[in-house]
Parts: sequence; structure tokens; C-alpha cells
Amino acid sequence: MIAAPAPRAPPTTTAADATTPVKLAVRALDAGFGATPVVRQLTLDVPERRVLAIIGPSGCGKSTLVRCLNRMHELVPGATVGGSVLLDDHDIYARDVDPVLLRRRIGMVFQKPNPFPTMSIRENVLAGLRLTGALRGGRKQPAIDGIVEQALTRAALWDEVKDRLAAAGGSLSGGQQQRLCIARALAVEPEVLLMDEPCSALDPIATARIEDLIHVLRERYTIVLVTHNMQQAARASDLTAFLLHGELIECAPTERLFTQPSDRRTEDYITGKFG
Amino acid sequence: MSARRDLWFTLLCAAALALPLGVLVFLFGDVLLLGLERLSPAFLTSYPSRHAEHAGVLPGLVGTALLGVMTAGLALPFGVGAAIYLEEYGGNRRIARAIEVNVANLAGVPSVVYGILGLAVFVKTLGLGRSLIAGAATLALLVLPIVIVSTREALRAVPMGLREAGLALGATRWQTIRRVVLPAAAPGILTGAILAISRALGETAPLIVIGAVAYITYLPDGPRAAFTALPIQIFSWVSRPQAAFAHNAAAGIVVMLLLLLLLNAAAVLVRDRFSRGGSR
Ligand SMILES: Nc1ncnc2c1ncn2[C@@H]1O[C@H](COP(=O)(O)OP(=O)(O)O)[C@@H](O)[C@H]1O
Ligand SMILES: [Mg+2]
Repeated sequence: MIAAPAPRAPPTTTAADATTPVKLAVRALDAGFGATPVVRQLTLDVPERRVLAIIGPSGCGKSTLVRCLNRMHELVPGATVGGSVLLDDHDIYARDVDPVLLRRRIGMVFQKPNPFPTMSIRENVLAGLRLTGALRGGRKQPAIDGIVEQALTRAALWDEVKDRLAAAGGSLSGGQQQRLCIARALAVEPEVLLMDEPCSALDPIATARIEDLIHVLRERYTIVLVTHNMQQAARASDLTAFLLHGELIECAPTERLFTQPSDRRTEDYITGKFG
Repeated sequence: MSARRDLWFTLLCAAALALPLGVLVFLFGDVLLLGLERLSPAFLTSYPSRHAEHAGVLPGLVGTALLGVMTAGLALPFGVGAAIYLEEYGGNRRIARAIEVNVANLAGVPSVVYGILGLAVFVKTLGLGRSLIAGAATLALLVLPIVIVSTREALRAVPMGLREAGLALGATRWQTIRRVVLPAAAPGILTGAILAISRALGETAPLIVIGAVAYITYLPDGPRAAFTALPIQIFSWVSRPQAAFAHNAAAGIVVMLLLLLLLNAAAVLVRDRFSRGGSR
């Protein structure tokens, strides 16, 4: 299927710089559907407050990998997971970890903008807190307004919607909807943000806005960005991991990976020979 | 050439539509003409009587209304609950499959059979007697499969992405279902429920089997009271030998049809309103 197997250098899994602590450490992760393995023995570090881009041809397991990072993968009937994922050195697959609580620490933004259609913009932002009952304790109105404004501001959407917070979430443009979904994820105050091809349904201008936003979010959050768009990976990330058939081929600082890839297959992929 | 064939086909389809529609209009017109002389406010507020011209549908109307409310109260919680279980929690498990097949089959069981079941279980075994609550429970059983099927369809129409979004925010399955899935499915569930209830209200056979009485000169004073319903009242008038009661039966049918029409219009309204208000 792929060009002749190149002599394989050990995948570089080290952080961009030694001083940055590792936020998420993937260790020998296996994941699949039923008997079909999709992610194989994958080991990877995500440094804190950095953007890791995951690239690779369609179907190579990018979505499956990120969905293992917040334990969404196991919700699919028949899904299998093995190995471990350490968040701040604690295995999220350990027996005493409640996946529901874990997902509040690791937010996710999906490929297709999916604001809740029955809720207003404001309620969409608050959805995570309302759903989990976090607002039931009777927080004061100004405090709740503050949460809404802060999340929308961080998602670079506040100025566009501050006068119509009561409008339906679905009344926004695609790009705005995606930023609303980002705001919704941020309102829960996660530490890590997983973004699975967040721009693939958006036009170039909306895409540019999200990429700018990722730059700013990086100061507070650890971000894993799946993208099929190599320019986007090059523009928006600190580190890039190249996946092929569920295996990690190479993970390196983005600039290095795109200018001097250490693996033939990476080079073939980024130069457009396949994928 | 093909244009001509198109024309023929259009005409054929129009005829296929016009024929049954014509028969319906004719029947309804016939009933309306026959019933017109009885239709008056007094007809709605009078009790049955031996004198056709004084007899009214009040107990039947009240009975049907109470049956509707009670049937909804019983069928909706169980039906929606079962649908949520099957659709949201059932997964691929064997039991869910078995239940699914049974529910589909139950929808095809003749309504008399439900009447016999209601007679055996609610009237006799549970000792509810020939009461309103026994009637409502029987009708609830009858429409349960319809409620389950229509609720499942409404739930299935909610995009998977919304559930994932809820779960990814750290909500439990139930929190996601309650706050995200059910509100999104509500118009569909409600539409299905109204149609199911209107189906229940038109049923006569099971009520006759469990022993609804036609001649009642008081209104039910509680769930254990004896009762009658519009279709029972109509049925009893139709079977009277005196020609005068045929007018009562016709007027009763008109009332019944208007009631069902109202319910169906409500269902259409609910669906339209929400689908326009929604984002899709
Ligand atoms: N729900 C599923 N059931 C079975 N196989 C699946 C499912 N979802 C994805 N796959 C398979 O897993 C592989 C990886 O999919 P995915 O992680 O979505 O790839 P990517 O995001 O890189 O395009 C694909 O071959 C796909 O067919
Ligand atoms: Mg994908």
C-alpha cells in the first residue's frame, strides 16, 4: 500500500523543549472496533500549553486516537482500548477514574459544529454547567453572566453575539457556531482541549479566525488539534505527529517535521506523494 | 410522446385520489345532513334519554375526554420510558432486540384482544371493575406500541453529534438525554402521542369488551366510576330500532369526527411550529 518500508528511526516522542512539563502522555495505546485494531502501540507526549497537531491520511485513526484521550472512544459499542493515557501523571484508564468527571477536564470540539438546537447562545455556553448540575447551587445572576461573557470572549465570539445572547445557537453562521462550541467547551474550565478537524466544515475566513483563536488559547490550555490540512498544522501547532495506519510514524517540532522529516513516509506524505 | 404518457399517469393518480375522497365526502355529507337536526348546544350538554330528541352526548363526551387524559397519563410515561431504554441504552443487546420485535408485533394485534386482556387483568384480576381507570389502562396498553415506536423514531432523528457533545462536556448519559436529546425530540414525541391518543379515543371494541355502559345519567365522579364514551354512545344509538335515534347517532359521529380532527390539527400544529422554530 505504502512505499517500501524505510529503515525506521525510533519515533521522536519527546516534548518540544525539556523545560515544558508533559500534560498528556500516551503510552502503548491500542484502540479498535471489535476485532479490528485502529490505533496500534502508540506512544506520544503532549507538553503543557502547547498545540500538538495530528496529521495523517483519512482513516488512519486520528479521530480514534483523540477520542481515547477523553474516553469518548469506549462509548461506541464494541470499542476496545488498551495501554494507558496519563493526565498529569495519572492514568485516565485507571479503575478509580470516573470518565464523566474526566471529560470535564478534557474538553472536545467536533468536526461538525454541533450547538444544542433547543438552546439559546447563552444557554449553549452554560450547557456544560447546567447539564452537570453545577449551577444548581444557586450561583448569583451576575456570576453566571460573567461565566458567559468570559467563555465567549475567550472563544473570540463575544463582540459578535453580545447583543443577541437569547437568539438560538443555530441562528449563527458555521464559523460562529464552531466558536460557540469552543466557548461551550471552555465554560466547563477544562485543562486540555481536543479539536477534531474543527475547521473542515468552515470557509477559509472562518478557518483563519479559529486558527488565530488557537494561538491565543494556547496560553491557557493544552491543545490537541487533528487536521487533514497540513498548512493548518504548520501554521497553528508547536508539535506535529504523523499517523499512518494507526501507528505513530513521527512526532517532532512542527517546523522540523515539515522541513526535515526523519522518516521517508512522512516526507512522502507532506510532499503530497500519497494521502 | 412521453408528455402524453405523463398526462395519462397524472389523470390516473388524480382519479385514484378523487374516488376514495369522493366516497368520504359523500359519507360525511350524508352523516352531517342526517345529524344536523340534532346538532345544537343542548345535544352536547344533555344526558341520554329514552326520547331521542332530548338525548345528548354529555356523559360520552366527558368520558372520552377523561379517557384521553388518563390514557395519556398512563401510556406516555411507560411508552417514552421504554423507548428511551431501547433507543438510548439498549445497544445491541439480545433483550432489547427481543423486546423490539415484540413491540412491533403488538402494534398489529386486533384491539378486541386488548379488550379481553383488559377484562381479565384490570377488571377481574386487579379488581378495578368496569371503571374509567380499567378502560384507560386498557386503551393505554393498546396504544403503548404506537407511542414506543413513534418516540423511538423521534429519538433516532436527534443527531448523534448532540449526544456526543453532551457527553464530552462531562454530562452523564441521563443528563444528556434529559437536557439535550428529549428537548430536541419533544415535538416528534408529542406529535406521536397526540396521534396515538386520537387512535385510542376512536376505539369501541375494547371498551365494549371491558363493559363500558351506554346508558349513564351521571358524570363519572372518580377513576373507579362507571363510564361511557362517545363511540359507545354512538354504537348504542345506531343499534336502536327507532329511526329517530339514527339522527342522534349521526350527530354523535359528527361530534366525534370534529374531536379527532381537532386532535390531529393539534398534532400538525405542534410539528410545524417546532420545525420552523428549530435551527434545521
Ligand atoms: N464506529 C466505528 N466502527 C467501526 N469502525 C470504525 C468506526 N469509526 C471508525 N472506524 C474505522 O476506524 C478507522 C479509523 O477511523 P478514524 O479514527 O475516524 O480515522 P481518521 O479520523 O483519521 O479519518 C477507519 O478505518 C474507520 O473505518
Ligand atoms: Mg476523523
